[in-house]
Amino acid sequence: MSFYEQWQQASWEDTQLALYSKTAADVEKALRAEVIDHNDFLALLSPAAAPYLETMAVKSHHLTRQRFGNTLSLFIPLYLSNLCANECDYCGFSMSNRVRRKILSEDEIRRECEAIKSKGYDTILLVTGEHETKVGMEYFKMALAVIRQYFSYVMFEVQPLSAPEYAQLNEAGLNGVMVYQETYHARTYARHHLRGKKADIRWRLEAPDRLGAAGMDKIGLGSLIGLADWRVDSAFTALHLDYLRTRYWRSRYSLSFPRLRPCTGGVDPVMPISDKELVQLICAYRLRFHEVEMSLSTREQATMRDGLFSLGVTAVSAESSTQPGGYSQPADALEQFAIDDTRATPEVAAAIRRGGLQPVWRDWLSGW
Amino acid sequence: MLTIAGHTFRSRLLTGSGKFASGEAMESALAASGSELVTLALKRLMPDSAHDDILSPIVNLGLKLLPNTSGARNAEEAVFAARLAKEALRTSWLKLEIHPDPNYLLPDPVETLIAAEKLVKEGFTVLPYCGADPVLCQRLTDVGCAAVMPLGAPIGSNMGLKTRDFLRIIIEQARVPVIVDAGIGAPSHAAEAMEMGADAVLVNTAIATARDPAEMARAFREAVICGRRAFNAGPGTVSVGPASATSPMTSFLDAL
Repeated sequence: MSFYEQWQQASWEDTQLALYSKTAADVEKALRAEVIDHNDFLALLSPAAAPYLETMAVKSHHLTRQRFGNTLSLFIPLYLSNLCANECDYCGFSMSNRVRRKILSEDEIRRECEAIKSKGYDTILLVTGEHETKVGMEYFKMALAVIRQYFSYVMFEVQPLSAPEYAQLNEAGLNGVMVYQETYHARTYARHHLRGKKADIRWRLEAPDRLGAAGMDKIGLGSLIGLADWRVDSAFTALHLDYLRTRYWRSRYSLSFPRLRPCTGGVDPVMPISDKELVQLICAYRLRFHEVEMSLSTREQATMRDGLFSLGVTAVSAESSTQPGGYSQPADALEQFAIDDTRATPEVAAAIRRGGLQPVWRDWLSGW
Repeated sequence: MLTIAGHTFRSRLLTGSGKFASGEAMESALAASGSELVTLALKRLMPDSAHDDILSPIVNLGLKLLPNTSGARNAEEAVFAARLAKEALRTSWLKLEIHPDPNYLLPDPVETLIAAEKLVKEGFTVLPYCGADPVLCQRLTDVGCAAVMPLGAPIGSNMGLKTRDFLRIIIEQARVPVIVDAGIGAPSHAAEAMEMGADAVLVNTAIATARDPAEMARAFREAVICGRRAFNAGPGTVSVGPASATSPMTSFLDAL
């Protein structure tokens, strides 16, 4: 049984009802519990937990420091291509958007790697739009071979692949894959993913299963906040993680909580999350999953990021360019979305240190 | 004096270099701990980079390095890391750590034994992190490990000596130094391990994540000394039943 079957059995409406009927007593029970189960997690995620934010933050801070120490990992995204064969109405790469398309060549990838390497990074997240024919396995293997010469830990955020393909990439030195579900709500998913392979929700939902079976070191989950009710989507994300971690026990997991950002031709969030609620979500995740990694992108503004550094987050990106070629040759009108925290890497590292944390650049041996 | 593979140490407190807020915080804590043997994760090292916040402070203090293979998920990866460590740090001492489970980071006994045997044959001085399994410790000793490092509780948990009864057996059977590693969250835990007869303890999280790491390091230093002193002094036995002047159960013996 894959997660698809479990997802089919879980009811969105029942979860929503459970979330919105939680009371202060449920929250207090969850905060006292030695082991926080899914039901307790729903209480912490619910509107009833809002008055307990400070208590949750203190607990989240302590749990994170005990587990991960006084450190914060740094990574950087590298956009390889903005070609896309999908029609997703919230994304700047969407097929029908009339933007200049670009696929980095081997030489261009090398130039980007050198530009990034000079900033001190050793962990990299490779991002592409979804275009199987032009940016498929052959391209991935070429890119991986080049990039592995520069970075110890390499992650992908590309279209979902098959189990044998994941196994091949694992063998070729890929360490982690992020496959964000965007939303677990079937109708909303269908409404936003109008054309292309991404419209197949099952193929995407089962991608983490395929990654686990392929023995990938890190698997990243998350939903795009703003598409549907974020509380319910986060509850489903937690179910997904709980399902995966018991089955694929050798992999580690990472959660992200990207908020919908402005982009070319983009939609407005139907249910935005406030800053306070985002903090509540991060703390609820930490209280439920002590060991999970949580990453934070430059979508968030600097003040928010600096505050979140000590509240549960374990990895942050900085100085990100969301356009292919953006590190060595910045150009306009190619980006996936507009970032908010535009500080340079040394400034972000200094902010991390001011928060009493040591920036970690390297946490893996190239060759493993 | 603690002797491991012919090398003598005055301090029985081993420390780690992870989880500190800064290189300076680590340096002051290591200095305060009195530790002479410090473990460091090879995967974190950036010796050629401006971002080296770990190696330089340890070298500055003149401490002996104990590189570890943390992050390795099987014997093959551990052996690879060990060879890199030897080349990069010019030491054949190694803390062997293999944890395929990223959740509790518990050591894999099968892979650890395989890697230990191989590395000993390659000339490494191997100190394996392992479960508190007395038979496994015997097997690791048989293949030539210089010490064994059984856990008190999961890494970073600060839970103390949850494996107490098994540690006693390991210490009783030991032919090499027993270093209690992982789970020691307070100086009292360290003292308890030393009173039981452990040869040394390794402490990292409890020092690195303390509000004042240097002061906590000092507390651990003293606790380890106290614990060892108590062990050497030979603690009195704990009474097992109610003390009684009369012996109603055995008074019939007087009539015989």
